[in-house]
Amino acid sequence: MQEKVQQFPPFRAGQAAHAHEAQAHQEHHEPGFWQKYIFSTDHKVIGIQYGLMSLCFMLFGFFLMLLMRWQIAHPGVPVPVFGPLLEAILGQPAAHGAISPDLYNSFGAMHGTIMVFLGVVPLAFAAFGNYVTPLMIGAPDMAFPRLNMASFHSFFLGGVVMLVSFFIPGGAAQAGWTSYSPLATTIPTYGQAFWLVGMVLLITSSLLGAVNFIATIIQLRAPGMTWMRMPFFVWAQFVTAFILLLAFPPLEAAGLLQLMDNVAHTSFFLPTGLAVGGQLADISGGGSPLLWQHLFWFLGHPEVYVLILPAMGIVAEIIANNTRKPLWGYKSLVYSALFVGFLSFIVWAHHMYLTGMGQHIATFFQTTTMIISVPSVIILTCMFLSLWGGSIRVNTPMLFALGFLPMFGIGGLTGLPLGLAASDLYLHDTYYVIAHFHYVVAPGTIFALFAGVYFWFPKMTGRKMNEFWGRVHFWCSFTFMNIVFMPMFAQGIKGMLRRMSDGGVNYAAARVPNAIDALPGTVMQLNGWILWAAIALGIAQIPFIINLFWSITHGEPVNHNPWQATTLDWQTPTPPPHGNFAHEPHTVRGPYEYSAPGHATDFTPQDEAESQAAPKNPTEHH
Amino acid sequence: MSESEKPVSLQSYIRLCGVVFLVVVCTTSAMIATSFSHIGEGWTLKVALILAIAAVNAFLVAGYLMHLLSEKKLVYTVLAFTVFFFIGLLGLTVWATNGFPPGTATH
Amino acid sequence: MEIPYTVQNRPDTGIYNAKLGIWLFLASEVMLFGGLFSAYVLLRVGADQGMWPHGWLNVTLGTVNTLLLALSAITTLLAWAACKVRDFGKFKLFHGCTILLALTFLGIKSYEYHDKLAHYEIALTNGKFADGHFVEQSKDFDLLKKTGTFTLHGHIVEDRRELMDLRSPEAQAAKHEEITIAAADIKKMGNYGPRHNTFTAIYFTLTGLHALHILGGTLVIFYFWGPGSRMWKTDPERFTNRIEVSGLFWHFVDLVWIFLFPVLYLT
Repeated sequence: MQEKVQQFPPFRAGQAAHAHEAQAHQEHHEPGFWQKYIFSTDHKVIGIQYGLMSLCFMLFGFFLMLLMRWQIAHPGVPVPVFGPLLEAILGQPAAHGAISPDLYNSFGAMHGTIMVFLGVVPLAFAAFGNYVTPLMIGAPDMAFPRLNMASFHSFFLGGVVMLVSFFIPGGAAQAGWTSYSPLATTIPTYGQAFWLVGMVLLITSSLLGAVNFIATIIQLRAPGMTWMRMPFFVWAQFVTAFILLLAFPPLEAAGLLQLMDNVAHTSFFLPTGLAVGGQLADISGGGSPLLWQHLFWFLGHPEVYVLILPAMGIVAEIIANNTRKPLWGYKSLVYSALFVGFLSFIVWAHHMYLTGMGQHIATFFQTTTMIISVPSVIILTCMFLSLWGGSIRVNTPMLFALGFLPMFGIGGLTGLPLGLAASDLYLHDTYYVIAHFHYVVAPGTIFALFAGVYFWFPKMTGRKMNEFWGRVHFWCSFTFMNIVFMPMFAQGIKGMLRRMSDGGVNYAAARVPNAIDALPGTVMQLNGWILWAAIALGIAQIPFIINLFWSITHGEPVNHNPWQATTLDWQTPTPPPHGNFAHEPHTVRGPYEYSAPGHATDFTPQDEAESQAAPKNPTEHH
Repeated sequence: MSESEKPVSLQSYIRLCGVVFLVVVCTTSAMIATSFSHIGEGWTLKVALILAIAAVNAFLVAGYLMHLLSEKKLVYTVLAFTVFFFIGLLGLTVWATNGFPPGTATH
Repeated sequence: MEIPYTVQNRPDTGIYNAKLGIWLFLASEVMLFGGLFSAYVLLRVGADQGMWPHGWLNVTLGTVNTLLLALSAITTLLAWAACKVRDFGKFKLFHGCTILLALTFLGIKSYEYHDKLAHYEIALTNGKFADGHFVEQSKDFDLLKKTGTFTLHGHIVEDRRELMDLRSPEAQAAKHEEITIAAADIKKMGNYGPRHNTFTAIYFTLTGLHALHILGGTLVIFYFWGPGSRMWKTDPERFTNRIEVSGLFWHFVDLVWIFLFPVLYLT
């Protein structure tokens, strides 16, 4: 693969004042293992560090989910195969290899936390953002490389703190990923304090990342890369970074306050007269539990767009590339993304209708919630319309991108009843909500992330991932994902509550059989189906994992632009060297010049000079 | 530094700082005087007055010491969004906590 | 590899990378302290009638700290100005002052913390409340065994509410003297630490986080004043930018205090 890398003159030789010095310095000093892979300041290495670590966390979070699904389908029955291991590691909470309700609660809280803050956000924003954004805008690196490294290390520490909390006495946090007070403060475990410290580290990491991304996109765009020539992916990352920058700090503030509640025994979120276990708690009182919810959801809702916007960016790139035509409505996409980002700050209390808020404020939040669905629908519509009349190349990245569209559509549309107080009051605590946001995040965002992995893998390694196993991965994931989540809508509508550790057995038994509000047997049976579909979904990821590592050394070797893409990330050597570009790229056109009439090839790279536009050497295709 | 910036002298900065410090001393005294005065029923009016004076003080620090008054449009844009979202956070939270139907608990 | 616009301004934005970076960071800091201020507002508005304290903090010390920070903000600006006119000696002088002022601020702050932690409120078995600063306790003082005595300098009140507004004429008129209380007469006791009530909680949290910012800022300024000033010889322009950017952070910390002082000390 090395010999395929073309030799270019040094980056901006003769232009930058210290170029020669730096060049000479680099040749003399080949960085060692630690400097190259652990303390690297290169955005590409950091991107891959983020990527691998977040994939590991996602696998771990998935495994927690499997254990929970077993407990839901077979309450109190020892977990097969892994039961003894659980008991050996966790002791009493996993006595006899069965999952106790407390342990179920910890798994639930940590599954949510890990998937959102240690899995999807780092992969979508930090990993792809780090690797691809500087390449797409023609920058040599991020604006603050050392800050970038600090950001990853903070993330790593946060992850370690979260994992360690499983092994402390009392176990990990049990109050859900939302950590509502006073529950979060009254559960007798320091797991919550670990959770909060971990969150503060993760938030710090995201804030540093957000500062870096915004500064990079504003300051380091290559000559000619005007705002409206930026690929949609970069716009999505830009809006995401702003959301993180301004929505995360209030949660950090809330985290610090709850940490004070847990460690210094203050009463920020604890009301007067709070009783714990039938005893009046020894606290000063006077706090406001609702304050936590406000500060949490002030981040919590924008966080949804942090999860979804980078995914939309990835899908947009892949769709434009594989339909071989410009994105439909590029400007509408950009303005919609900006509008979504802006509006996402003022919809948060639609997660709080159950707190019994007044009519006026509820009306305000219902209105903003309905309005924010408009730009989301515009984005999705633009992507669907982009398919129209294209000669679509169907490959693994495109399959995942195409899978994203209807899955995100289902997730988004099922959210509408939750945005209206009247229907939300019924649905809020049921499995309907679980199904809704998992459709947005799991077959939605995570499919887009898989698409991104398959799409940019050749840029990172110079080899393609195996196409056949990629398709197997897609079709199995697509099928089982839907079998897992689709029944949950029905369960939720039937009234199955979403936080019960026994999957509703006791609840169903306590009701008069065949009464209107009893859970019918079929609802309980669905738990079994979901379990097996979830296990199958896990097995379906094995081809992906093997494919990912096998292809690094054995995949089909490809040139620097195997997808024949137009954006700048594909106009670099593969893998991109330190400093990324052989020449400082000069952008002369928009990002999606596919099938331009009169052009020799069906793609015109953004930095291809006008004069030599015609005789560009046709890229060989393996 | 941009090339367009005028040549500076330390003296001009020292003069500016002298003025700023004097005003800070005055505003701080004014806040304390307001705090110990007996205007208005209870604290509401006094708190409003004191915060208004503090805002003047903050304007001085941000405007002159952080030279925000001669800053670029980009910085203004970032800060405008920040201020807007801060007002949204505070305003909507207070509204939501006070907007409970009568007779229901707020805590 | 050279990252563009680390020293020079980018033509279309008119600023260099670090300046944009610090303003973005400060924007997030505004939201961080904004979240805490929102918490303050909600706790204060939601407090029961007459249960929000007034006059609990020492206004003189608060004023001194306000002026110290204002002075340090000014020396920070002058240190940057000295860099701009390429006067390294003046830079050393001004930022030396900044560091001393910051350390004095932290010293006064820790004295105030100590004062609060040595201040006790004791609920007596007869329903009254003793309140004052710790003087001494007998060697065998033990709340659980109910042995020994506890001495504080303060007064005894009938109702806790009398302890809330120390600006009121009644509280001003109260006589403070040494009171010795037997452990057997104590129902519950605690100092004015964060857990005392929501006011001390938000006071310690806000000023504690602010003090951490002061500490962090001082460390950064000390680095540029000491070992980091080597860059002056190699790249004075970039060094000047660093002083400007760290100065912006320092001014922001001052700005936070400008609101903390009235909100906690004066109202």
